[in-house]
Amino acid sequence: MAIWFIFALMTGLAIGAVLWPLSRRAPAPAGQVDERAFYEQRLAEINRDAGSGYISAIEADAARAEAARRLLRESRSAPMGLADGESEYALRRRRAASAIALSTIPLVTLAIYGAVGSPDLGSLTIAERRARPVAQADAGDLVARMERHLAAKPDDGAGWELLAPVYLRMGRPDDAVKAWASVLKLRGETPARLASYGEALVASSNGVVESFARELFERAAKGDPAAPMPKFYLAVALAQDGDMDGARKAFEALLKSAPPDAPWRAAVEARIEGLQRQAMAKDIASAPAEAQQAAIAGMVQGLAERLKANPDNPEGWRTLVRSYVVLGRKTEAGAALADGVRALGARPDEAARLEAFARELGVHPKTP
Amino acid sequence: MIVEIGHYALVLALALSVIQTVLPFWGARARDASLMGIGPVAAVGVFICVAIAFGALTWAYVTSDFTVRNVVENSHSLKPLLFRITGLWGNHEGSMLLWVLVVALFGALLAVARNMAPGVLRADALAVQGLISVAFLTFIISVSNPFARLVAPPAEGQDLNPILQDIGLAIHPPLLYIGYVGFSLVFAFAAAALIGGRIDAIWARAVRPWCLIAWAFLTLGIAMGSYWAYYELGWGGFWFWDPVENASFMPWLSGTALLHSILVMEKRDALKVWTILLAILTFSLSLLGAFLVRSGVLTSVHAFATDPGRGLFILAILVFFIGGGFALFAWRAPLLKTGGLFAPVSREGALVVNNLLLATACATVFIGTLYPLALEGLTGDKISVGPPFYDATFVPLAMALLLLIPFGQALAWKRGDLAGAVSRLLFVMGLSIVACLAIVFMQHGGPVLAVIGLWLGIFVFVGGVNEILSRSWKRGASLSVVLRRAAGLPRSAWGAAVAHAGVGVCVIGLAAQAWSIETLASVRPGQPLAVGPYEVVLTDSFSRQVANYREDVARFHVLQGGAIIRTVDASKRFFPARNTSTTEAGISTIGLGQVYVALGDAGEHGLGVRLYWKPWVLLIWIGAVIAAIGGALSFSDRRLRVGAPTRGRRKQPAAKDATAMATVAAQ
Repeated sequence: MAIWFIFALMTGLAIGAVLWPLSRRAPAPAGQVDERAFYEQRLAEINRDAGSGYISAIEADAARAEAARRLLRESRSAPMGLADGESEYALRRRRAASAIALSTIPLVTLAIYGAVGSPDLGSLTIAERRARPVAQADAGDLVARMERHLAAKPDDGAGWELLAPVYLRMGRPDDAVKAWASVLKLRGETPARLASYGEALVASSNGVVESFARELFERAAKGDPAAPMPKFYLAVALAQDGDMDGARKAFEALLKSAPPDAPWRAAVEARIEGLQRQAMAKDIASAPAEAQQAAIAGMVQGLAERLKANPDNPEGWRTLVRSYVVLGRKTEAGAALADGVRALGARPDEAARLEAFARELGVHPKTP
Repeated sequence: MIVEIGHYALVLALALSVIQTVLPFWGARARDASLMGIGPVAAVGVFICVAIAFGALTWAYVTSDFTVRNVVENSHSLKPLLFRITGLWGNHEGSMLLWVLVVALFGALLAVARNMAPGVLRADALAVQGLISVAFLTFIISVSNPFARLVAPPAEGQDLNPILQDIGLAIHPPLLYIGYVGFSLVFAFAAAALIGGRIDAIWARAVRPWCLIAWAFLTLGIAMGSYWAYYELGWGGFWFWDPVENASFMPWLSGTALLHSILVMEKRDALKVWTILLAILTFSLSLLGAFLVRSGVLTSVHAFATDPGRGLFILAILVFFIGGGFALFAWRAPLLKTGGLFAPVSREGALVVNNLLLATACATVFIGTLYPLALEGLTGDKISVGPPFYDATFVPLAMALLLLIPFGQALAWKRGDLAGAVSRLLFVMGLSIVACLAIVFMQHGGPVLAVIGLWLGIFVFVGGVNEILSRSWKRGASLSVVLRRAAGLPRSAWGAAVAHAGVGVCVIGLAAQAWSIETLASVRPGQPLAVGPYEVVLTDSFSRQVANYREDVARFHVLQGGAIIRTVDASKRFFPARNTSTTEAGISTIGLGQVYVALGDAGEHGLGVRLYWKPWVLLIWIGAVIAAIGGALSFSDRRLRVGAPTRGRRKQPAAKDATAMATVAAQ
């Protein structure tokens, strides 16, 4: 609130300053620079130069004559004097000018500042940040503390190893790459470090496994044949090279070897599903038009059945509704929406999202 | 909160500059003193507001407030205080804020200087200056706002481009901007004269100080930039005819021409329309420089951020002011009364030649800068226009100009006497030739061009000294009388003489570079290398952690005749925040020359180094500083300039006299 008071004060001062010259009746004529004053100055200079002997008497005479000629010429084209400050016109003009100043300054300022400013956002200087107790510090603060420590002691390999995975989680893959490179240099290679370094490299090249990263994964896999991460990325690399079958086999083998509660199962399953979808899309694209329609309809049918069997899948319901809309089957889209909302009943936020999504596509729930 | 107060002040400055543009302009048309009186108040208000904004952003930089995006992108909490402050204008948004601060500063100075210009002219000039503020403030607030905030601030900034982490950044941009933007006020005066339809010696007198101050700062800014490039880039060069350098050099050339033509106008009432044209041209070239540097058309250390939207906006500002300026000129200039006449051989005539040569030189630089860009835009071919082009075009023009400086100074106003001028300069010519030959003899010869350049530099320098001497020395006068007379000369005369002598000093330094020596070698500790009259030995190398960078230092001893006379450190710095390195040349000044050591890579044969011995190299920048001091001296002289005319010989009839003069219409 205080900030708005300061803004009001600043605006008020600005308006007051602009109105001040308008309030004065007769502006001081001091400092007028006109032809006559200029002529007199010029004569004084000529006299001074002549007096100190820098120009001869003849030159001084010539200069004086010239100055007089110029005064004559210029006073003939002199501008009109200033208008009478007290006339009716002048008063009206001043009122108009005051109105312009009074309206323009606050309106322009508020409109523009309202659009670009963020008056509610406080400052957070580095001193305030460092003074915050650890409990309040965010991950960024801790990282910054670590970075300061490492800038002073860049040979602290353990520090880099602590920081590197944090970088990756914070979405700073380039820094993670640098950190892992330092770890490898300072603490030596292990299969796990090689794989993490490779993972950071993949993240920094937007998910593409480049040849250097691939080499790292191969070395990591050789060092620890049981580790899943190198195998995963090597499979990704296979898919990148266009070896879809090989990639799928590699992923499936990985899935088979996975313990049932492994957190990375979902990622592998998603990859396999993606590969299957790609393969199917390729099949459909190469089929004749009618067969294509049939294949798509079949896929939609398949999805509908999968959802019936396993209804807790919001993404699946949205896909199903969209598919029906794309195929032009409005009634079925409505039915699917109603089914989906009912199926997601236990999760009201997801149900609401599905409804909102359907509304955007122009689908309204219909009970079958 | 402080940051938002600054942000609000910036927006308030925009509103006030709209008032500064509209109301005084209206007042000037209606001849209403109250309305015209708003101009100065609003101009001061704009300056205060922009200064608050600038101060708030500085505070954010100093305290490393990373809720401001601009601070995150260009600062780092470990940076030394000076570079945290200068980082403000080491980036696009901040440098535009500095630009506007200087625009507002000049507006405020004009507002405070009450007795300098007639009321209507001042009101119109303030209105035009206000319009310039409006354009740039709109640009800043809409597409390059330095006050953009972050809701989730990062804990550390991304640091500033390491090349810019240098004392040079504290000095070079402010000087250069005062120079560039100073010409905006001259432009505002020119536009005001065209709007008011009146131009005379009063106008010239009002404009002169602004032009001088802008010119002096631009001179210093360019010289400082050149010295910075010299020691920071590690190539041993100080001028590369790089488009960005040219962008600052073009306004300097046309500004120099403008300076001289304003002088003619104040003293002799001549060259009026040409002066107005030059004023518009100079500011146009300043804007063009800003556009070239800021739009991303060029890539260099100066192009902080390339964003086509911004480039387009600056292009629009450019088109508006340049197009508007020339349109106003085309519309109103024919209405202006032309002034005095003069003979071709006269001080005025010499200054016309000076102007033509400077304008042509400026045109060659313009072509050399823009032709490659235009060609690339049209055909996609990349060509580079380098020193050979400028050696063939610019250098001869500059030499002709230098040759004429002492002659011009020796000519009288209105009607000159060439034979008399030459005879007065015989002594100067003789002295400079002797001095030049003596130097060349000691150096055992040198390239012809360099010898000529050296002579020209000495000639101009001695000519400058002679100008004071010839005006204060009289046959038979005692030394004390001469000194008293010299001290009594107007400061404007001193200013001109000092500035010309400074140009001479600079040219001597430039020409002397033909005798510089370059050595490339790989060295091991203790192994001496000869460079010119000295030997350089690598003695030690070590690493250290300084503030926000690590530094590998190589320490050298400079020996003369076996004795150590200097120790010099050259280094490579690594900045982890930006993952970049810079090289710091080791420079040791011996007399006016410098030993320059730049590090290469360490190989199996030792450490790669490039060594230079650059005799008299400091004269280049000392000359520029002297020239700027000359400008300041002239600026400090508030007296009217009077150019006493030489009368025609009485014996000739008036009509014949007129034809004999071969009158030059003072356009």
